[in-house]
Amino acid sequence: MSCVEQMKYKLYLERTSFKDAREYIEKNSEEVYYVDPGYKIFKDYYIIGVPPVAMGVRGKEMLFTYVKPCHGTFVMGIDSEEEIARLRENEAQKIKKTLKKGGLKEKTEPAPSSFNEMWKK
Amino acid sequence: MTEGKKALLVMGCPEVPVQTSMVIYLAHKLDKAGYDVTVAGTDAAVKLVKAADPENHYIKKTTDVDQLIGEIVEQKIDFDICFAFMHSDAGMTYGATFSAISKARPYAIVFGKNAEGLAASIDYPAEKIVAKATHNPNPLKNKIDKVIL
Repeated sequence: MSCVEQMKYKLYLERTSFKDAREYIEKNSEEVYYVDPGYKIFKDYYIIGVPPVAMGVRGKEMLFTYVKPCHGTFVMGIDSEEEIARLRENEAQKIKKTLKKGGLKEKTEPAPSSFNEMWKK
Repeated sequence: MTEGKKALLVMGCPEVPVQTSMVIYLAHKLDKAGYDVTVAGTDAAVKLVKAADPENHYIKKTTDVDQLIGEIVEQKIDFDICFAFMHSDAGMTYGATFSAISKARPYAIVFGKNAEGLAASIDYPAEKIVAKATHNPNPLKNKIDKVIL
């Protein structure tokens, strides 16, 4: 059992699909960040998901997907200023890396229009 | 040459009967082909394969699937080839996760009543092995036999 289940959490969606859970987070968060599957939160939970994995911030609460093989996907909310700060820092690092590579200025290709197109690259 | 190569079999929820027998079958096939095979799953899924193979003739190594994700992310372990068994959206989500975190060549073994619909929803890079099998393992076994190891 992950440490997440032993924390004080709220459930916003239960036993749903990952796609619906992602959409819920995107629609119901003040800030949305995208992380890779395997992004670690709290002590020992590695996010399971289909990229792009959405993480939301709503006030002091972090919204994220929690997947159980026999029960589907849940959207959980846990108050954690520390994890929210880490999410923001992670995003800032990603932007820095992109700028270092000159990615934003030099990028001439059009943005992918679908996930399938992203994978082809 | 597959000698010394590592294979991972990721089990989904064990509620569909064909999964356990196909995991044992594929583990045996990979073992014969020279792979070092690890089977990952939930506690219940692992118990099912262990109960069916009490002397570890076919399944030599098992592990908890969530713990394994952490170990791969932390680069403590990785595999050359990964077969993710799935019959539900949650299983597909686990398959996508392994495809993203591991360097292993990914395969999605899709079965169950909604196999075709689920296979169509897979948009991460993986070779799909799809059969509408729930109780009779042969349609899935025939598809697995066509995979070149």
